[in-house]
Amino acid sequence: MAERLKATRKMKSIMKWYYIEAKYARYIGKKVAWITSGGPVEPLIAMNIIPVYPENHGAMIGASKMGGRMSEFAEGLGYSSDVCSYTKNDITSSITKESPIKGGLPEPDMLICSNNICGTVLKWYEIQARRFNVPLFIYDTPFVHTEFTDEARGYVNEQTKEYIKFLEKHTGKKFNYKKMQKVGKLSLEAMRLWKNVLETAEHKPSPMTAFDAFFHLALIVTLRGKKVVVKYYRELLKELEERNRNNIGAVDNEKYRLLWDNLPIWFRMRWLSEKFASHQAALVADTYTQAWCGVIDYIDENDFLGSMGEAYTRIHLNVGVDQMADAIKRFIKQYDVDGLVMHSNRSCKPYSFGQYDIQNLLQDEDIPVLMIEADMTDERKFSESQAEARIDAFMEVIKQRRK
Amino acid sequence: MDKEMAIRKFREIAHNPYGYLQELKTNTGKKMIGSTCAFTPEEFILAAGAHPFRVFGESQSFSGADAHIQAYGCSMVRGMLEDGLSGKLDFLDGVVFPHACDSIQRLSDIWRLNIPSLHFYVLLPVKLDSSLAKSYFLNVLVRFQKDLGKALDTTITERNLKEATVLMNNMRRRLIRLYQLQSEHPGILTGADLSAMVKASMVMDKREVVDLLDVVLAALSKSPAPDKKIKRILISGSVCSHPDIYKMIENKAAVVVWDDLCSGSRYFEGLADENKNPVQAIAGRFTERYVCPAKHLGVTFQMENLKKLVNEHKIDGILFMLLKFCEPFSFDYPDIKTELEKMEIPFLLVEMDRHNEVDEQMRTRIDTMLEIL
Ligand code: SF4
Ligand code: SF4
Repeated sequence: MAERLKATRKMKSIMKWYYIEAKYARYIGKKVAWITSGGPVEPLIAMNIIPVYPENHGAMIGASKMGGRMSEFAEGLGYSSDVCSYTKNDITSSITKESPIKGGLPEPDMLICSNNICGTVLKWYEIQARRFNVPLFIYDTPFVHTEFTDEARGYVNEQTKEYIKFLEKHTGKKFNYKKMQKVGKLSLEAMRLWKNVLETAEHKPSPMTAFDAFFHLALIVTLRGKKVVVKYYRELLKELEERNRNNIGAVDNEKYRLLWDNLPIWFRMRWLSEKFASHQAALVADTYTQAWCGVIDYIDENDFLGSMGEAYTRIHLNVGVDQMADAIKRFIKQYDVDGLVMHSNRSCKPYSFGQYDIQNLLQDEDIPVLMIEADMTDERKFSESQAEARIDAFMEVIKQRRK
Repeated sequence: MDKEMAIRKFREIAHNPYGYLQELKTNTGKKMIGSTCAFTPEEFILAAGAHPFRVFGESQSFSGADAHIQAYGCSMVRGMLEDGLSGKLDFLDGVVFPHACDSIQRLSDIWRLNIPSLHFYVLLPVKLDSSLAKSYFLNVLVRFQKDLGKALDTTITERNLKEATVLMNNMRRRLIRLYQLQSEHPGILTGADLSAMVKASMVMDKREVVDLLDVVLAALSKSPAPDKKIKRILISGSVCSHPDIYKMIENKAAVVVWDDLCSGSRYFEGLADENKNPVQAIAGRFTERYVCPAKHLGVTFQMENLKKLVNEHKIDGILFMLLKFCEPFSFDYPDIKTELEKMEIPFLLVEMDRHNEVDEQMRTRIDTMLEIL
């Protein structure tokens, strides 16, 4: 297998530094806002507010294999065993302080919730607004089943203004529109770079896999709008391009190329990546990490604030199943994949319901599909032996077709 | 018609809603427009000369739905889809999907892709407590008015809409009165009958509902109120139409005197202001009084509302009936639970599927709670 990407280490330090800053925010006179993964972070950056992502924390909890235990704790408080485990992990961590980060997340001064990824975050942030007794702003993005309506556009654009007023009120500072311009440009640049990074996987063999993308995603999620992100992705891109020039693949002797759908299974990343690699299969792309560059076309570089409403409303999870299928079709062609692996994620209903219909919509593509039943952080919902048998069978089909 | 006959009629229709609708379509030729959530502004459908009704998820097995929604979807969503796929809703001309929970949003996509019928979105805001959201709400209703009129080849006039608002209000007033009677004189009706009456109201011709309810209300106002000492129960959750549960409760000298259910009071509570422009009146009803955990009206709304009901109806115990896999309702429960513990109000959570039989274990749990009251 190819060596680890050199950028990985740097990424770890940036994230570490970020969490340290967030921890000591109070001492350096900064405020902390918890924000959902699809939430509009740029105005926070422009206001010097430190954004903290409980979902990113959830991913870390999952990767540290603490998810099942932490969900179970929340279930003891009365939360259902059948609901989103990110939410349960966060609720648990804010009570027990259990976390891969020492002491857990820094407490929020405010909460920013956008329902463009799901309705679950609305409930989640309501719970945390009660617990921490802090103000909650909801950036409400009407669903785009088939059409982004004029009234929806008006509604989200007005909310952008409401959001800024909210930030001014709770920081006691005037919003810095000039800085926002810069932040907006940097954010867009980071998205473009992220897109380029992902696109290096068009190369055969692919210099990275979706597992790398899941890891390197953290920055575009948490800190887009900051210079450090742009700088980092430039380096990463350079490294990947270098690999492509030298034909270094992430998977030894890459023979088969696959596309992943839905969130990662954080607690089995290594196992899955080795499993697929053992079949000479590389997961070259995924629908999840693409979400952070999927809406570039809606953003007006010179008017970030005025255009972000549309961009945030039209993200992958907030559109109809047929639009999701269209995106998958595009990726199938773009990355020239041999098969699709769908993670049917018990935690995430908006991502998972509709996967069967997406399969039906892909009929013309004539592509084998594997569905793995799991959960992004709750190991209790995953059977390794079953997954293994299904992956082996699926790879058998793919190999047969190539013969 | 006497009270018994009227109630029997309600019961029959609640038992076989789609049979009734099929017949109604044959007799009246009206377009049948189903709705998937209590947030559907049925007034517009009435004003368009069509017939609004609720899709219930009557199916008990999900062989068709299984091919579209994983087993971790709630039985309401899977049941509705099965109703649509299995041909039970062949009389259906169109369906309305208001923005509700995540599962219903995806159901909407899946429905559109698999069941041929007119399809309407009502892309409601999720937060209801801002003036911005309220004006957006109005715009969404105006769009629905246009879309619906166009699809049904008619113009929905203000006059028709006003009439429909009055008609819906008339029905709502009577249902509210019925619930009040049950709260004032617990046991004046059986819980199963009351629940069947609400369910049938979601299906039937609204004028017919009003007439039948008048018969029942007139008779009840004359019948002597039972004055046994009973325990007063509130049911809270998404749906509960299990006649067995009401019977079990009544067998223990208790009565459900109010509910906070999508299949109950949430359907009819709150009146639209008849003095306002009708679109505004309809929006106002939803944004000012509505209690649905998939919507946001401040962070303590659900809890405060429950407390209000407990006080108003002197509740002795609460039964939470949640559908398995339901996110919006289940996320509210733990904080409410903590609050109720502080208030020392006994309660019990039952998580089940829509058509589950009440099994022994559940029976014992419910009995035990009732005994300690
Ligand atoms: S995993 Fe799915 S349900 Fe959970 S917070 Fe993320 S988008 Fe929402
Ligand atoms: S029971 Fe819950 S998950 Fe099911 S349709 Fe109702 S709100 Fe949605």
